[in-house]
Amino acid sequence: MNAPRNVVVTGMGLVTPAGRGVVDAWNGVLAGKAAATVDEELAAAGTPVTIACRVPAFDPDAEIGRGAKRRLDRFTHLGVMAAADAVADAGLGDPDADEPERIVATDPDLVGILLGSGIGGAETWADEYPRFIDKGPGRASPMFVPKMLSNTAAGTVAIRTGARGPNMTVNTACAAGASAIHLARDLIRSGSADVVLAGGVEAGITALSISAFAQMGALSRNPDPAAASRPFDVDRDGFVMGEGAGVLVLESEEHARRRGARLLATIAGAGASADAFHATAPPDDGGGAVLAIQRALDDAGIDPTSIGHLNAHGTSTPLNDAAEARAMRAVFGDHTDAIAVTSTKGVTGHLLGAAGAVEAAFAIQALREGLIPPTANLTTQDPEIALDVVAGEPRRVELEAVLSTSMGFGGQNSALVITRA
Amino acid sequence: MSQDLFATFKTILVDTFGVPADDIAPEATFEALGLDSLDVVELTLVLEEETGVKLEDEELEDVRTVQDAIDKITEKQQAAA
Repeated sequence: MNAPRNVVVTGMGLVTPAGRGVVDAWNGVLAGKAAATVDEELAAAGTPVTIACRVPAFDPDAEIGRGAKRRLDRFTHLGVMAAADAVADAGLGDPDADEPERIVATDPDLVGILLGSGIGGAETWADEYPRFIDKGPGRASPMFVPKMLSNTAAGTVAIRTGARGPNMTVNTACAAGASAIHLARDLIRSGSADVVLAGGVEAGITALSISAFAQMGALSRNPDPAAASRPFDVDRDGFVMGEGAGVLVLESEEHARRRGARLLATIAGAGASADAFHATAPPDDGGGAVLAIQRALDDAGIDPTSIGHLNAHGTSTPLNDAAEARAMRAVFGDHTDAIAVTSTKGVTGHLLGAAGAVEAAFAIQALREGLIPPTANLTTQDPEIALDVVAGEPRRVELEAVLSTSMGFGGQNSALVITRA
Repeated sequence: MSQDLFATFKTILVDTFGVPADDIAPEATFEALGLDSLDVVELTLVLEEETGVKLEDEELEDVRTVQDAIDKITEKQQAAA
């Protein structure tokens, strides 16, 4: 049997509240300043929480096209933008062509698309249902179905890039972006694709979803947007909802080298697990997360002491952050103290189904630059959290291997081990 | 009547479909205006609301331009009168 193919990252596209594009988004998280604002739409609707992290304003007419903009939900807009950026970054398209995101550098039949989304077309549901009640069944829009389906982002990226390889959408809630990278890695290893655009997309900030997340006690009630998302801080009281998209170009190393692509990092290991415990809460001991992290380390076949950095799930909810810290201690023992931890959600908020992909990109940036972003708003670390969490300023650390963790409602966990290419 | 219908079309195409007003002419095809097959279905729903006339799927087969649709609606309005 042939050895499994090594899978590398050759491009990244980010559309996040901290900035558009890898450089802006990375500088945004390094600056450690929360991107949250009081959202006018939520405030006008009188929702119990009005703070959210939106992506910076963009012109969908110019970026996506007028017709496509109307036919697509916002989560697909963001996914299309991130995918186009990733294609450009990986040198898969022709920047001078009329359709620069069309894949020309390799056989598009062997390019897959694997995106994660927790919610799908939330805005479409929110807009269309009142219209349906008001105008009746005869006026249900035929656009409703393709707009709201959560696989539309992956399907639309295929239409625009011409990628005709395996095309799938994975939903493991807030782990979806990481799950997509995990499964994309496996598709390449197995030979089902040479290249996969893998990531996560989410645009779930609607009055309905914010109200419901607030009712379940998941969202911060802090009235100050700048201070609301504070992972691992003793005063954390919930997450701030964000939106965005992250797409990584995963590629077999052999294929990447053959076409002369720039290698950013290696997806060395991936692990998944379920808590089998509760609809939304993690077990106190972080049991499911422990399994996912151990599996990712085993899969990577590296010495756990080579992990120097964790981009934590770190949502800023009291339960998640504490369980994650216990899980890390359970896996790494004394080595936990040598792992520099950050949660970039202090800056970006929680991008739900996009979080795992965006944070994998930040983990890759940290690995490449030897620089760990501070956790925004960490002023007094919760004494229950026995982790070395970076706060205040970015920290310079030489890194060989990094870990990114994601945990979804439903008890679905994912961990990625990323090493130098 | 036809002038009124054209004005109705123009309003719908601009307001609902975001078509630039300058692009809209009687001879313009829906395809050229950037509408795909699902958009045309949606257009028939809005038109029914505005004119009371519903264009059925089989009637849409040879409707390609704004004028084609105006003619078909006018024909049905006269038949009903």
